[in-house]
Amino acid sequence: MKRKILPALAAASLIAALSGCSGGSDNSLVVLNYGKYLDPDAIEMFEEETGIKIEYEEYESPEEMYTKYKAGSIDYDLACTSDYMVQKLIEEGEVLEMNYDNIPGIKNLDQTYFEFSKAFDPENKYSMPYFFGTVGILYNTKMVDAFEVNTWDVLWDEKYSGQIIMENSVRDSFMVPLKKLGYSLNTTNEQELQEALDLLTKQKPLVYAYLVDESSDEMVAGNAAMALVYSGEAAAAKIYNEDLDYSVPDEGSNMWIDSWFIPKTCKNTENAEKFLDFLCRKDIAMKNFEYVYYATPNKEVYNALDEETQNDPTIFPPREILDNCEVLSSLDSDSVDLYNDLWKKLKSD
Amino acid sequence: MRKLKRQLCAGPYIVWIIGFTVLPILMILYYAFTTPDNRFTMENILSIAEPIHFKALLLSLRLALECTVLCLLLSYPLAMILNGLKIKKQSFIVFIFVLPMWMNFMLRILAWQMLLSNNGIINSILQTFGFSGISILNTPAAVVFGMVYDFLPFMILPIYNSLVRIRTEVIEAARDLGANDIIVFFRIILPLTMSGVISGIIMVFVPALTSFVISDLLGGGKVLLIGNVIEQSFMQGMNWNLGSGLSIVLMVFVIASMAFMNSHTKETEGTAVW
Amino acid sequence: MVKKGIQRFYLIVIFLFLYLPIAVLVVLSFNNSKSRVNWGGFTFDWYISLFQSRSIMNAFYTTIFITLTSAAIATVLGTLAAIGISAMRRRGKAVMLGATNIPLLNADIVTGISLMLLFVKFTRLGMSTVLLAHITFNIPYVILNVLPKLNGLSQNTYEAALDLGATPLYAFYKIVWPDIRPGVFSGFLMAMTMSLDDFSITYFTKGAGIHTLSTMIYTELRKGIKPEMYALSTILFLIALILLLIMNYRSREDTVTERRS
Repeated sequence: MKRKILPALAAASLIAALSGCSGGSDNSLVVLNYGKYLDPDAIEMFEEETGIKIEYEEYESPEEMYTKYKAGSIDYDLACTSDYMVQKLIEEGEVLEMNYDNIPGIKNLDQTYFEFSKAFDPENKYSMPYFFGTVGILYNTKMVDAFEVNTWDVLWDEKYSGQIIMENSVRDSFMVPLKKLGYSLNTTNEQELQEALDLLTKQKPLVYAYLVDESSDEMVAGNAAMALVYSGEAAAAKIYNEDLDYSVPDEGSNMWIDSWFIPKTCKNTENAEKFLDFLCRKDIAMKNFEYVYYATPNKEVYNALDEETQNDPTIFPPREILDNCEVLSSLDSDSVDLYNDLWKKLKSD
Repeated sequence: MRKLKRQLCAGPYIVWIIGFTVLPILMILYYAFTTPDNRFTMENILSIAEPIHFKALLLSLRLALECTVLCLLLSYPLAMILNGLKIKKQSFIVFIFVLPMWMNFMLRILAWQMLLSNNGIINSILQTFGFSGISILNTPAAVVFGMVYDFLPFMILPIYNSLVRIRTEVIEAARDLGANDIIVFFRIILPLTMSGVISGIIMVFVPALTSFVISDLLGGGKVLLIGNVIEQSFMQGMNWNLGSGLSIVLMVFVIASMAFMNSHTKETEGTAVW
Repeated sequence: MVKKGIQRFYLIVIFLFLYLPIAVLVVLSFNNSKSRVNWGGFTFDWYISLFQSRSIMNAFYTTIFITLTSAAIATVLGTLAAIGISAMRRRGKAVMLGATNIPLLNADIVTGISLMLLFVKFTRLGMSTVLLAHITFNIPYVILNVLPKLNGLSQNTYEAALDLGATPLYAFYKIVWPDIRPGVFSGFLMAMTMSLDDFSITYFTKGAGIHTLSTMIYTELRKGIKPEMYALSTILFLIALILLLIMNYRSREDTVTERRS
């Protein structure tokens, strides 16, 4: 019996597989985005409204996105990633100019964030902001006093040994000591970076773990006193545990903007623009805001929110905090190697 | 002639190996010995001598060794107990140990993260009984723990399989000749299960040496294994050449340790892994 | 008696060790809270919303398709290969076994990336590339399971049957097959398990828009796993459990014949 079933199954599956790989019809759109960064309902709605089939791909970190993109294994039509990676791709000539005229919905976006975007897209030609926020300290008010987290120094306070969670990514982790020392978070000065590494090495024994977005879960569970997180994660964590609060230290921090761009591999810019326009639409932007819960540059959504949410500094960082922040910019490959080496040095110590 | 005909059965597989095993290895080799602008270099291979990479390799070797020893110590008595149960259906035992793998591996490790965390379930239970909590999460110990959890079945099954194959008559004969339990164990059982032990060691040591997800999830980003370095050079550092070079070094290590193990046994090819 | 007690205790401890995380995940599937660290009361909702989520169900079907197909093809190829290898001389055997071990010895991520590099050169990534990759790492498990069962009496008996005029197929079915059947079966099972559990290789070889459960879990790992995932895993686990119990029950009569050899 089994002998007959197996070849039959094999044949059937081969046929299915071969017919499957001829996909990529004209009316499809390959979208690359961070994991859990877009409400799946919105994709379904878009497909129903336009008849365009979306092939949705997700990734975890900008570096990983770059790897997937550069491998050239998939021709992406539209992608979203963070500031410095957008810049890197622009500099490498991988990004198409965006024709904003074909995206009428873009008027819903607050012009301010296009200003901020100039840090990585100087002429506002290539990108469209999607979500933004800051990096700061999520802390448990039962263990840490609010005044303490006004400075990055608290992350070196020995009283919190084993209670501190850091970001498990190079640029975010180096940002903290660089800001504490008063340097730019985009420095490529070896001396300054060495000082930053020394501080991080000194801090390592106090660190509970280097995590990415799971830090908010750890904070909700009360496993640590403080965590370096993105503002959006902090906002989500506060819902589950009201003892938590968020602060951006006075020395300044990193402001990040995740933006959409149309890569060179795009086969159908018209569809890509349609999708971007769709994302700007008030109901869709609202859907995505509720799903992701990060600060949206969409004015229409902002105005429709209740006052409490509008004024929540964790979700929507106030202007004066943003002005005190720097946006990450891309580094040349030697500096990338330098950062990575220092990072490995820290981890292997 | 007949033999040749039967050997031909392996034909499709040989084609497969050339296409999907040998060719990809050649590509990795190519990357390992070139720079990003396609010039020949030994640097990627030699970079294993850099203190950071060497340290990571040593740590990986240490943890993989600890994990293998622990698995062996846990598995052998377990396999003997299971064998003593005289369960008719051997495959049932296999199922019991394979079944957990039907839950996604990352989810299971995530569950351990929750169980072991400071305010986690295990600590809460310990504390209600008045014990002080344990805090092994985010240490190398937790990584070893996770590895033992994940790879234990790969040690138990081959040992159990080789135990089952020992005929009871052999042991009875030894007893009739006056051997006590200890002699029976060391002179009969242990030698006869050696092949199972060896394949168990290989099946545990190798994945433990190359793993990176467990150290990421249970090590809290503080435990840098050679697997992590390789993963990072591919995924974060965008340095495929370095990643390939280190992979080749790791492969050589694995093959060397396999060869070492094999040289200490006469015949391993007939060993049932499961 | 005391010895028995200690043995029981040891068994229980090991089983707790293996199954405790699974219990945690099952409990989480009934947790009425989106956060995994908060208990929000008992709910059955995730089991309902699971079937309404198109993306999860798609990933589920893809996973099942890839798992079954790759395991089936790998079983056929692997069994044939094992028969071929067993007929080889020492040298050939050693070379073949060495090559077979390579996918097992390589770090997953290296296998995944090297296959991706290969696929990108010759074709577009899609479902078929995932399938090819899975078959590649599944075959060794089949071979390693079937091969030990082939070394033995059956070789000579098979030759004898041929001498007596049996067709190779008939002789195979009557003599070799009963011997290797348990090996083929457990090889298939192992292949399926490995395929189901794989993440790294799938991740690098899949085309756009293709998701399996493990690649989906990976992208959710940091941002919080959707509770529906716990529910789906629980269902999958239960199905496997039930299937295995049935198989175990049905093949009980085989045991006697198996033991004989």
